[in-house]
Amino acid sequence: MSTHDSLDPETTETLLSRRDAIRGGLGLGSRAAAGLALGSAPLALAALASEAFGQARDLPGDVVEVLNFGLMLEELGVDFYTRALAAPGLLTGNPRAVFEQILKHEAGHRRFLRATLGDRAIAAPRFDFTGGMGRGNGPLAGVFSDRETFLAVAQSLEDLGVRALKGQAPNLLRHDAVLQPALRIHSVEARHASQVRALRGQRRWIVEESGGPGIPALLQGAYEDEDNTFHFILAPLRHTEEVTRAFDEPLTKGQVIRILRPFMATVPELGGRVR
Amino acid sequence: MARQRPGAFGPGADHGRWEGSLSGEGSRLEVAQSRRGCLKRAGGMGAAALALPAAGCAAVGRINSHTLDFSTDFGVLNYAYSLEVMESDFYNRVVASPPRGIRPEELALLRDIQQHEMAHRRFFARALGPLKIDVPERDFSSVDFTSRDQVLTISRTFEDTGTAAYNGAGKLLSLAEFLSIAGKIVSVEARHAAALRDLTMNDPRAFAGDDIIDENGMERALDPPEVIDRVQPFFRERFRLSGLPGRMA
Repeated sequence: MSTHDSLDPETTETLLSRRDAIRGGLGLGSRAAAGLALGSAPLALAALASEAFGQARDLPGDVVEVLNFGLMLEELGVDFYTRALAAPGLLTGNPRAVFEQILKHEAGHRRFLRATLGDRAIAAPRFDFTGGMGRGNGPLAGVFSDRETFLAVAQSLEDLGVRALKGQAPNLLRHDAVLQPALRIHSVEARHASQVRALRGQRRWIVEESGGPGIPALLQGAYEDEDNTFHFILAPLRHTEEVTRAFDEPLTKGQVIRILRPFMATVPELGGRVR
Repeated sequence: MARQRPGAFGPGADHGRWEGSLSGEGSRLEVAQSRRGCLKRAGGMGAAALALPAAGCAAVGRINSHTLDFSTDFGVLNYAYSLEVMESDFYNRVVASPPRGIRPEELALLRDIQQHEMAHRRFFARALGPLKIDVPERDFSSVDFTSRDQVLTISRTFEDTGTAAYNGAGKLLSLAEFLSIAGKIVSVEARHAAALRDLTMNDPRAFAGDDIIDENGMERALDPPEVIDRVQPFFRERFRLSGLPGRMA
């Protein structure tokens, strides 16, 4: 079971007050206008996000941390699917079209995050999808040659990505200009997870805390505590299999990095302000 | 205190006639109808315990209308609740009397989705307690429930719209805990949407197609007025919206 913050009087007051100060006044600044003039929605949107704070260098430190964590996940996705699509014979027909679509989205997310972060973006980490921490000799030697292994890793990484982004949303609560793009990325990751699960013949939602048969031991953590049914102190739900399917559970940054550590040849400096 | 008494307001707090099928714990309590009842129950009930000191019970009297007041988080939760009520009522009918020619695996999919929407509905009903609005009666008279194609297409529209609605509502929330809960639900709605698009659109990319995902790889986010416009035909009486930021209203 995960832990839950209780509601203190201060949050009660916040709850009952409007957020006009943050919501209002997000005008179209010069960089956003320039992005639109150039016909580049990514640049315009990224500029819009950073202009809410002035320039990228004015992004609050905690927001930079969240965005760089997201960027690390997108770099992982881009690298993973680029390699898979380049692997001879691994992906053909409809599954190939599915993963091309997914890669296209991950690349779009990465571009948006890099444009928003500017020179505060982390360098792309190096990954080792065998799970060997950069030595290339981890237990998943067949990740780009065996279709079942690839799909099981892809499913785990997508389900994990959903949980990882979900865990960051509350960190962006006061930063609407980046919260909405983050939410819009999050639901796309959930669509990816749904589709990859279907390619594996799994139900599209997470049952209890299992990824189904074939999930590598290294990635079991992606499903840990997914069976939580306690979401709000005032409305606990009885634990049933169907209720576990109805809610996806967040993970903290630390939990996600621990799970991903075997797949990382280098670990970026992500800071320690946010969980 | 409410915290020590989980289940003090049970599934009966939502009077939907399907509530019983998934319930099974907690005692039933009537929604507060009078100021006095409201005050009395506020000491031991749900989100009301949070809201009443500031909102006052007079406000609760107005909650039993079709108004979604977005000036507090409870308006946002009631908005989500209303969408879940609409969806769950729709799937309840589909599952109770499946369309002709629907395949077993398609029906199994819809049954899973029906269970999820009921869980969401029950969750919001409990979390809101007496702050829950009176959702307008549903109106599915335009739907041919015997048509597989129509049922699946409407299901797909509901799930795509629901996902975009949650994506657009996050910025209206003030409390981290509620944002976190909305996040737990929206990804399941997105999983549904991908399934139904895959089933009904003849395109391997449709699960997250270019018609709903932009060049940043981002899904749509719809503000409440746009969403209510789209779902209003499925309700008998009109929703009233208030308390939205100027550029949304």
